[in-house]
Amino acid sequence: MTLDKFLVVAAALFCCGLYTVMTRRNAVAVLMGVELILNAANINFVAFSHFLSRVMGGQIFAVFVIVLAAAEAAVALAIFLRLFATTGTVEVDTADQLKG
Amino acid sequence: MIRYAYLIPFLPLSSFFVNIAVGKRLPRKGDWLSLATIAACLLMSIGIFYEVFRAYDPNFRYHVVVPWLSVGNRFVIDAGILIDNVTAVMLLVVTIVSTLVHLFSIGYMHGDPRYNRFFAYLSIFSFSMLGLVLSESLFFIYIFWELVGLSSYLLIGFWFEKKSAADAGKKAFIVNRVGDFGFLIGILIIFSTCGVLGYDQVFQAIGQGKLSGTLLTLAGIGVFCGAIGKSAQFPLHVWLPDAMEGPTPVSALIHAATMVAAGVYLVGRVYPIFTPDALLFIAYVGLITLFIAATIAVTQNDIKRVLAYSTVSQLGYMVMGLGVGGYTAGLAHLATHAAFKACLFLGSGSVIHAVHSQDIREMGALRRKMPITFVTFLIATLAISGVPFFSGFYSKDMILAAALEFGMKHPQHMIFFLGGLFTAGLTAFYMFRLVILTFFGKPVDHHKFDHAHESPPSMWVPLVVLAALCFSFWYSGWFGTLIRKPASAANPAAVSSPAPAVPAERGLAPMEHAAVPAPSPSREPAPAEPGHGQAPSHGTSVAGEASHAAGPSAHGESLAEAGHEAHLAHQAHAYAMYSSVTVGALGILLAFVVYFFGWIDPARVANAVKPLYEFLLNKWYFDELYEATVIEGSKAFSRFLAWFDLNVVDGLVNLAARLGVFLSFLVGKFDNYVVDGAVNGVATVTISSGSVLRRLQTGKLYHYVFVLAGGALIIFIIRAF
Amino acid sequence: MNGPSDFIFYAAAALTVGSAILVATLPNIIYAAVALLFAFAGVAGLYVFLSADFLAATQVLVYVGGILVLILFAVFLSNRLADVKISNPGHFHLPAAAVCLVLFGVLSYTAVSTPFAVKTAVYLPTTADIGEMLMTRYLLPFEVASVLLLAALIGAALLSRPERGTPEKADMEEGRG
Repeated sequence: MTLDKFLVVAAALFCCGLYTVMTRRNAVAVLMGVELILNAANINFVAFSHFLSRVMGGQIFAVFVIVLAAAEAAVALAIFLRLFATTGTVEVDTADQLKG
Repeated sequence: MIRYAYLIPFLPLSSFFVNIAVGKRLPRKGDWLSLATIAACLLMSIGIFYEVFRAYDPNFRYHVVVPWLSVGNRFVIDAGILIDNVTAVMLLVVTIVSTLVHLFSIGYMHGDPRYNRFFAYLSIFSFSMLGLVLSESLFFIYIFWELVGLSSYLLIGFWFEKKSAADAGKKAFIVNRVGDFGFLIGILIIFSTCGVLGYDQVFQAIGQGKLSGTLLTLAGIGVFCGAIGKSAQFPLHVWLPDAMEGPTPVSALIHAATMVAAGVYLVGRVYPIFTPDALLFIAYVGLITLFIAATIAVTQNDIKRVLAYSTVSQLGYMVMGLGVGGYTAGLAHLATHAAFKACLFLGSGSVIHAVHSQDIREMGALRRKMPITFVTFLIATLAISGVPFFSGFYSKDMILAAALEFGMKHPQHMIFFLGGLFTAGLTAFYMFRLVILTFFGKPVDHHKFDHAHESPPSMWVPLVVLAALCFSFWYSGWFGTLIRKPASAANPAAVSSPAPAVPAERGLAPMEHAAVPAPSPSREPAPAEPGHGQAPSHGTSVAGEASHAAGPSAHGESLAEAGHEAHLAHQAHAYAMYSSVTVGALGILLAFVVYFFGWIDPARVANAVKPLYEFLLNKWYFDELYEATVIEGSKAFSRFLAWFDLNVVDGLVNLAARLGVFLSFLVGKFDNYVVDGAVNGVATVTISSGSVLRRLQTGKLYHYVFVLAGGALIIFIIRAF
Repeated sequence: MNGPSDFIFYAAAALTVGSAILVATLPNIIYAAVALLFAFAGVAGLYVFLSADFLAATQVLVYVGGILVLILFAVFLSNRLADVKISNPGHFHLPAAAVCLVLFGVLSYTAVSTPFAVKTAVYLPTTADIGEMLMTRYLLPFEVASVLLLAALIGAALLSRPERGTPEKADMEEGRG
């Protein structure tokens, strides 16, 4: 259980999230990918904090990230509902009115 | 009573506001309100005077200040009142004359369409004048100074339908501005050097040497310039005769008794700041004024103009008296002159009211028709002529004595006494000429004579009261004791107050602070002047004596000299008395010879010295001189400025305009081709590049994420390997 | 350091990464959501190994109990249940996979090859410390976060509310007319 193992796990998690975000059409699935990325980042924070420093900053930061993720999920859900009510779908490709 | 003194000015002020706003709708158009407030002021003044008189202390002082305006520590102005013996006397003079004039006006102005406004103006004048008298700093005296100027303007031009009245108002105002400008400069010199404006503080600062030498002389002359304007001294005396266009009660109140005396009062108030040079300047101005005005008065035929020039002349006496060191004399003449000149003016008003003319050649024999007016007028004339037992004798005699004493000490300045003496005879002559032509002889214009009648009681009661005040026993004794020349602030060693200045603190409100004591010799040793070489303590014992008649260079006199001086003063007084009585009698005699008995025909005399007569009749051509120099000069300057404006300034402006048009043309071309070209070029480039780059914006989320991740990856690889 | 703890660590890591791969690849979105649950649980297990007991508990409570439920709601509400095509066909697979694999390789290489100045790890309960720090040093971010949550709450409520204003007004006007 050394630092680099945690980092490798976090990197794997991050790449899975990135892949999800890139390949999925469904907005909810994209959100899932984002959550994976956030978790990967959290693991990095806590791991660095645990192995490299005595202070609790990394954990505190992780707490705030979780809070933000919750808020983000709530707002995202509301946006999806509105999008669905407007266009009848949550495909990210269809919401391109702002395209130049 | 004295602790309520600050209320005095506000009573007439309230009356002014009421009368100007709703006076028309009040019963009797509000004249009773003005009269009641000024009468209340009179009662309070009598009360104050009683307290002052009971104290009978030459150093009586009541000084109250409250902080009024302070900006930082440097600029502090206090509001307050200062009552000493001079103030108390002046208050009494102002309120007595003002009350009587109010009473007189009820009859005189009866039926005037702007009756209420007249009383409102009288009230605001009373407010300003009383404020001026009570003020304790140069700042406030300047404010009230301008306010009396304003009320004077309003009252001279009261009948503004008449062009001459409106012009006279403007003239008075503008001429006064000239003097006030000097006053302001004087105040600013004092403020910029001393940093304070209260009288006591200024005197103290000068005593400490903050302001001295030539600058102090200049400051004194500057302040005196205000007096030159307001008291109609040469060369700014020209407005006062024209001011007679105003209603006669106004002439009596403002332009004879009170406002014009304000200049004298001012000089008396700030007397300690005047250096010997400044005093000499003042004395010469007074001498020139009194002589010129008296000579003009001899030839005038308008009853009010004669009185006006006589006023100018008497003011000259006061100023000269102060200038030669006769402090008590000048202020005494102020008080006595206020009474007899107000009486004369109100008497002339009564005459004008009766015959509807101001030309004495159309009058005559009025003594039978108007006995009360005649008797009172005669008493006042005797007073102004300096006949013994009348007030004018008492005060004018003191002035002449002071002038003679000054002349004895400085023989090169003997002209003060000689000029004053000659003019005293002239005064008696022209005043009796006036009386004889008006009241004696045969009626000239029968139509007017038949319609003449004695005035109503509201008009003759003031005359009687004022005539009663023309006797000298009212003034003699206490006046000389209570009103003493103050120590000069500039050279504290030479003078001392007879007793250490004790601030009057009995029964005063807690807010006042003790008056600043006059510089006392024990505290400030004499500046050791090398020429004198005497011990500094020497001057102190003598100074009390010397100060009474201290000439410009009195400090450091020896004991023997002081004794000599007292003797000199006594001698001078006796000489002056005899000679002035003689000269006065001669003048009266001459008037009777010429105008009553007709032994000498004035027309033939006038013909014999025709150039001189013309010269005097035209008032020394002062108006013409000012017309030719000042007015024509400013007109020519204005024409030059107009020409300059039309040709040079307008030419420049037009040139600039043409230049602007040409430049605009160039700029327009530049704008059309270069700037617009650049703008259009930028737009074209933007559009074409935009149409290419817009293809990058696919609107597909995964494209963006892909580019983002790819970019991050590339950076990683570059950084890592 | 071998033994059960090592085994448990590898199990948790495998659970996390495997579930994440499932999330990325499962075509059915509901299955993907369930896989995400396991991924979150695995992360919580990893937190335990990092001496972050409070965070582990929070991870379970907030992510598994809150966010995942929200996501499931979103799935259910934004797809017609009758719709057969609840599955989520992907696209752009090849370039995405390439980028992700290369990125993983680079990150892993970096993590392994970098010599970190590691200190001896200490295992202590952290809840009390976190609570104290949130009330002292991190008080301002804490309060800002609470405001942010409030704003998100209001915003979410406002956004998800059906547009009711205008039709009702029209109804009232019709009723009057």
